[in-house]
Amino acid sequence: MKASLAFRIWISLLGWGAALAMFFPVAWMVLTSFKTEIDAVATPPLLFFHPTLQNYFQVNQLGDYAGAVWNSVVISFGSTAIAIALAMPAAYAMAFFPNRWTKDLLLWILSTKMMPAVGVLMPIYLICKSTGLLDTKTGLIAIMTLANLPIIIWMLYTFFKEIPGDIIEASRMDGAGALAQIRVVLLPLAGPGIASTGLLAVILSWNEAFWSLNLTAVHAAPLTAFIVAFSSPQGLFWAKLSAASTLAVAPILVFGWMTQRQLVRGLTFGAVK
Amino acid sequence: MSGPQTPMAHRGTKLMRTWPLLTPVVFLLLVWSIVPLLMTLWFSFQRYNLVDPTITGFAGFDNYKFLLEDPAMLAAIFNEVVLVGSVLAITIVFGVAFAILFDQEFWGRSIARLFVIAPFFVMPTVSALIWKNLLMNPVSGVFAWITTKLGFGAIDWFTNYPMAGIVIIVAWQWIPFATLILLTAMQSLDREQMEAARMDAARGPQLLRFVIMPHLARPISILLMIETIFLLAIFAEIFITTSGGPGDATTTLTYLIYLRALVNFDVGGASAGGVLAIILANIMAFFLVRTIARNVNI
Repeated sequence: MKASLAFRIWISLLGWGAALAMFFPVAWMVLTSFKTEIDAVATPPLLFFHPTLQNYFQVNQLGDYAGAVWNSVVISFGSTAIAIALAMPAAYAMAFFPNRWTKDLLLWILSTKMMPAVGVLMPIYLICKSTGLLDTKTGLIAIMTLANLPIIIWMLYTFFKEIPGDIIEASRMDGAGALAQIRVVLLPLAGPGIASTGLLAVILSWNEAFWSLNLTAVHAAPLTAFIVAFSSPQGLFWAKLSAASTLAVAPILVFGWMTQRQLVRGLTFGAVK
Repeated sequence: MSGPQTPMAHRGTKLMRTWPLLTPVVFLLLVWSIVPLLMTLWFSFQRYNLVDPTITGFAGFDNYKFLLEDPAMLAAIFNEVVLVGSVLAITIVFGVAFAILFDQEFWGRSIARLFVIAPFFVMPTVSALIWKNLLMNPVSGVFAWITTKLGFGAIDWFTNYPMAGIVIIVAWQWIPFATLILLTAMQSLDREQMEAARMDAARGPQLLRFVIMPHLARPISILLMIETIFLLAIFAEIFITTSGGPGDATTTLTYLIYLRALVNFDVGGASAGGVLAIILANIMAFFLVRTIARNVNI
């Protein structure tokens, strides 16, 4: 507040220097997406060039890009919707009707998130194979739902905890059942919290790469897996890779910026506020 | 689920009422956490290969014995430690520096902050592809151009310094996360305490050592544990940039298990490795859950 002007200028320069350095790879990707394939591999790298939109019209060239977008949307939003529907009643019960097991239950739920995916790769792969869920959206939706459930329960729980218990008690006295309480009291009061929980879950499943790379091939591959097809060592498709990547990353970047504060709460399980 | 109730019924039904709400989630998470775990344990004692059905039967501890005697295993654990350790060190140092920096007021701070946290939201496969092809490519990459201008010549990262290349990519993805968490923690640092320390003529380094670092100690420990759990599972970045090579220079434990599982289809061997990975992750998880249990007001 009482900082001198010189100090403020230095801090501004440092801050913006750090910001631009961290953002540079993303910015370079966006820049490359407007180059021709020839300009994209030019040496020295081109900062000024004739921009073109052709890559954005040709993202389909190496496969069904629209299909991959659709898979990503269905898998991330589908798993989020199911997980929130499952988590809401549980978080509600633990936040407003705690008993002596609630803390242990919450910590156990948290501990299920600690299982390393690679440790159960073989069983999950074999289960999916024998049930015909390999390379299906259903299989990935089931896995993403279960994988994100602990984080979603914890986030909803911490948001519900902030609502005064008296309000719930009052509606209960008025004869509202559990579902009616959730609908009439909880949804309006915890709406923003539920929305940011949902956004975080969508971000996590949209960007999940271990299961999507290992359990999908042609039919159910979301963007994380599909984008790998653009990787050619000869540099034939780097401008198209950049265009496809820019489209894949842009919506999630916006979601991420919208939910940055809740992200801390969600990923530290409320331990850092 | 339950209709209107008389006040008398409240007490007796309070316990009953929450169970229908909790059971679906508890059942699903129980199945999700127990069944695959038991299967991994079972497979780890079997001779079981998907491409060679003649290999069958109980293996005893052979899979574990083979795993622990395999030199690739030792290399993989070493690589895992190097990767996780380096990324932790880099992200904590930059995280603390950026948290202090972005806690200061400056022109356009909130926009600059968005730029800093952006890498965290880029999907891992895209991050790896951009860095590998557009930045670190030895012929047309931006880094090659910069290092050539500086007189070092073009560096072929994934041939000559493959692990360093992967560490840089993963650190870039996780610095934003460290920054976000430590910045949140910085903002809860009492302004008056900072002002008082300044009044006592505490200068930058002293402020850092006696006021800021003690305050950040707990968030840093939580950050270390959460990052370790995520970093032990790093897969896509290795898969795309080096596929574990050259040789086994970047084959981590996670990547080695993947190779055994879905390249060699050695179910028994992969599962023995899986058990090892689960044990390692759970040592970290134990401390994390304990810390969270202490810090969260339930």
